[in-house]
Amino acid sequence: MPTRKKRPKLAVFKFASCDGCQLSLLDCEDELLLLADAVRIASFAEASSRVLRGPYDISLVEGSITTPHDAERIREVRAQSRVLVTIGACATSGGVQALRNFRDVKEFARVVYARPEYIDTLATSTPIADHVKVDYELRGCPIDKRQLLAVLSALLSGRTPSIASHSVCMQCKLRGNVCVMVAHGTPCLGPVTHAGCGALCPTYHRGCYGCFGPAETTNTGGLEWALVAAGASQEDIARTYATFNTAAPPFRRAQEEQLVQIRLKEGRRG
Amino acid sequence: MPVVLAAADLDALVQALAGRGYRVLGPVARDGAIVIDDVRRAADLPIGLEDVQGPGRYRLERREHGAFFAFTVGPHSWKQTFHVPVERLFQIRRHKEGFSVIPDEAPRQRIALLGARACEIHAIAIQDRILIHGEHPDPRYAARRSDVFVVAVNCMRAGGTCFCASMGTGPRAERGFDLALTELVEPGDHRFLVEIGSDDGAAVAAELPVRPANPEEIGAAASVSERTAAAMGRRLDTSGLKERLQKNLEHPRWDDVATRCLACGNCTMVCPTCFCTEFEDTTDLAGETAERTKRWESCFTLGFSHVHGGSVRSSIKARYRQWLTHKLAGWHDQFGTSGCVGCGRCITWCPVGIDITEEAAAVGLPEKDG
Repeated sequence: MPTRKKRPKLAVFKFASCDGCQLSLLDCEDELLLLADAVRIASFAEASSRVLRGPYDISLVEGSITTPHDAERIREVRAQSRVLVTIGACATSGGVQALRNFRDVKEFARVVYARPEYIDTLATSTPIADHVKVDYELRGCPIDKRQLLAVLSALLSGRTPSIASHSVCMQCKLRGNVCVMVAHGTPCLGPVTHAGCGALCPTYHRGCYGCFGPAETTNTGGLEWALVAAGASQEDIARTYATFNTAAPPFRRAQEEQLVQIRLKEGRRG
Repeated sequence: MPVVLAAADLDALVQALAGRGYRVLGPVARDGAIVIDDVRRAADLPIGLEDVQGPGRYRLERREHGAFFAFTVGPHSWKQTFHVPVERLFQIRRHKEGFSVIPDEAPRQRIALLGARACEIHAIAIQDRILIHGEHPDPRYAARRSDVFVVAVNCMRAGGTCFCASMGTGPRAERGFDLALTELVEPGDHRFLVEIGSDDGAAVAAELPVRPANPEEIGAAASVSERTAAAMGRRLDTSGLKERLQKNLEHPRWDDVATRCLACGNCTMVCPTCFCTEFEDTTDLAGETAERTKRWESCFTLGFSHVHGGSVRSSIKARYRQWLTHKLAGWHDQFGTSGCVGCGRCITWCPVGIDITEEAAAVGLPEKDG
């Protein structure tokens, strides 16, 4: 049976992000040499300043779109990429910087920068899929390196990657964990959060804080009962959803529902 | 004839089993719950602990009685021992002439279950019916089940979400055990009534420091089970239940439960009879090795009903209705038994405390009352 001959070209692109997700690639210590054998790394600024020209077989895209320049640049990346995989909460939902979407960015710029007129930024931070077609998404803040290797291995073999999109709870139960919410009364977003981390936080007796974003099906209204039973206030619940995936629609709706209730309560008091 | 073992001699049972080459699995307190793990000595058992269970809530509390088995069932079940959560089935390796398939060897080990409850013994029998004697036998499950010694424990308490009495599956173990213990806790006299259910059980009992039980002890053990049966936290009216559920597939209660259900899959994971699995194929980076893995799957995921064009059950309502009607009605048609043994795990470990007994009862009522 023939083995693979031509090594595909892999490129890594960065938009508004912290680099943590692309560093997961360097974090694949045991597999890094195998990966370097399997692909030609054409562009990866965290590892090498050498850049090979496109087109690329696989592009990993990290970060969100926050400037007019990046909104143009992602189109060029798409045009140069056969398969485009977005990696991490910024690229897949806008990231924590999407908190700006619900506030006045000009005011932020005024407060933070001495010369705000030099800042050329969009009013919103948006996921890559809002701008170009995305072939696969890897969630997480940061992504899980095993999932990254699974997707790369699948793409190199010409297979569809198998990335589960169900709740974190399923992974918790597969590991034999004791539910932190039911047995300890710890608020946990596991039931509405996308699997992929291997239930990392609950395994260490902490509640899930949703860094992989919404699962395939979410009932945040239903989960409210359990979060309140675990002692969370409506303010806590709204804040819990306002993190790395704040702009992911199901998490955004969950915040808005809480904020509406908080305002109603304040109105009644006032 | 039943015999009596002093509580102080319970460790002799653990050592007798270990001495026969069994890996002894039983209840152990960990992370705020009673889970199943290796038991090396009787002192490993959750002595003096009781569980307080309700819908979506589980807590352990310490009591002064010093009983070994005063709790009921926890988040784990023996399902994880025989129908394991994740296992690799085979590898495929590429070589010059083509490829070889290397199956993972069927697991062989002697396992002793220490403290299996009546509902759990029923659950194992149901999984055997499907995974050994059903249409699609699972040889790896059968291998794990082939050399098992069962020490049943008759529950001395009913949990807050238990309803085995109404399912006809407990609280007393009637069969399916090698030895069955009923713990008798009286001031200054802590002992076990030991019933012998098999030749293997008799052989193990013969190695223990036991004496014949007297009629008072036999009566005391019977009344433990009677008291437990009378104290069930829940009940489910099973008369005509299958027909009532199958007739009410459009009942408004399904919409109501769908507003509460999270579709997280916890109920199916903790259910001791749910047996669905998913298969995942992976390859290595070099493209030289591939492997197939089996893992538990849940009818609450979108992928479960994914066919060409999308998922058949896209709404939470459709998924909850599928789970409940399959478990309590469809199983009768498919496997000749209910899929529910009344252990209450799905009620306790549902993060939002959805109660299968309440939902089934509501759906079974005429709409105006539902």
